[in-house]
Amino acid sequence: MMTILGIPTQALFGQLLLGLINGAFYAMLSLGLALIFGLLNIINFSHGALYMMGAFVAWLALNFLGLGYWPALIVAPLVVALVGIIIERTMLCRLYKLDHLYGLLLTFGLALIIEGLFREGYGVSGQPYSVPKELAGGWNLGFMFLPIYRGWVVVASLVLCLGTWYAIEKTKLGAYLRAGTENPTLVQAFGINVPLMITLTYGFGVALAAIAGVLAAPIYQVSPKMGSDLIIVVFAVVVIGGMGSILGSIVTGYMLGLVEGLTKVFYPEAASTVIFMVMVVVLLIKPAGLFGKGA
Amino acid sequence: MAESEILLSVKDLHAHYGESHVLHGMSFDVPKGEVVTLLGRNGVGKTTTMRCIMGIAGKRTGSVKYSGTETIHLSSNRIARLGLAYCPEERGIFSSLSVKENMVLPPVIKPGGLSLDEVYELFPRLLERGSSQGTKLSGGEQQMLAIARILRTGADMLLLDEPTEGLAPVIVSHIGDIIRTLREKGFTILLVEQNFHFAATVADRHYVVEHGQVIDMIPNESLAANMDKLKSYLGV
Repeated sequence: MMTILGIPTQALFGQLLLGLINGAFYAMLSLGLALIFGLLNIINFSHGALYMMGAFVAWLALNFLGLGYWPALIVAPLVVALVGIIIERTMLCRLYKLDHLYGLLLTFGLALIIEGLFREGYGVSGQPYSVPKELAGGWNLGFMFLPIYRGWVVVASLVLCLGTWYAIEKTKLGAYLRAGTENPTLVQAFGINVPLMITLTYGFGVALAAIAGVLAAPIYQVSPKMGSDLIIVVFAVVVIGGMGSILGSIVTGYMLGLVEGLTKVFYPEAASTVIFMVMVVVLLIKPAGLFGKGA
Repeated sequence: MAESEILLSVKDLHAHYGESHVLHGMSFDVPKGEVVTLLGRNGVGKTTTMRCIMGIAGKRTGSVKYSGTETIHLSSNRIARLGLAYCPEERGIFSSLSVKENMVLPPVIKPGGLSLDEVYELFPRLLERGSSQGTKLSGGEQQMLAIARILRTGADMLLLDEPTEGLAPVIVSHIGDIIRTLREKGFTILLVEQNFHFAATVADRHYVVEHGQVIDMIPNESLAANMDKLKSYLGV
């Protein structure tokens, strides 16, 4: 059997793949958080709950409407975006002029309520969601076995993240968004409907979370607490990358997934805490985060 | 003023920022095609007046009519779409946008604005610096960019808040040329200034502002005759 640094390659690459998968989810979620924080000034603690809702919409659509995985990839983000838009229009929009803390508390409360509702309805045990048959099975790459679905998740998340990055950095719409993040008052005084832009940005951010939820459904089980398990790590990712930095959230997401995977290989005991150790070190050395501006 | 059409009419405008009452019944008219200045010392409410007209000040009451449309209850994006364009005192160049992106950021609200080529003809330097980050420009260039980007939107009226502040004399005189050119091209301009020597070279009339009110109007042709009065208003 081949080994690298005394570790069987199968185990090493297997863990790296797991790390990459986790990183894909960290990146998609922290990207949405960064977008929302940038424009709305809201630390969206309900992001994890909306990710979970995305997975549940897929599961419900399959079990009650017979809608499969592929339609769910479209329907779930739309449903969750609608829920997000209602949250933004009825609640968040009242908080923009206040300190971040108020938005954080409100969305934290919402996360608990959403999670509680699903726990009430579906219990705490996870619901199975099977891999779509087009993506079942795997490839033997020689040095490791790659389940096709996991490869798909990595590719899909990369496409989503890079597509979003491109749209923000290179398009006219993205220029409005960047300008609105800097000085919304002036952008609105140029004739752009900034409140509408804010609402749609929130909708888009939580739709990304919902897509991540659907992608996650066949890998993890669909469970009411899948969001809260993930969101704490995602917040650490956001802090490490730099609050509000788009590229930072993407790169840091994948990077920390890999760091976590490697730690599982070399020192499994630290795997669940390594991200927080990185966070502490980054905060001490570069408080604005790796990609953050200033400070 | 019956002979010329009034484009912007401000009547009994009051503004509050939190507890403080900043404007105390501003009233003035801006005739179409003229360059009109608001002159006055620091803190008398000139910038607040601009912000009220654009709908971005705190609480405002009274009347601001643009081309006959009451705008006091409109949001700033609606006001901009009527044909008003704003160049703020702090210039508002976006650091996350390139010079080119800053230039084309304000959406075209109606036909009739300058083409991008015409804008670059007035500001050739901005074409050369197109790919730079917006805030990497010098102060004078940033001021040029802040004016340039609102010329292609089709707006008929420009609000320029202290465009000469803190700039070298040669750049100030260039901005003077630009304002005279824009007047010839048919733009109506409301200019906030502290430097009345500069204002005298570009404007058709001057409103003197004190304590959030217009206290006098001096046509530019009688500025010389009123110089003593003006100096006492401005405390220079």
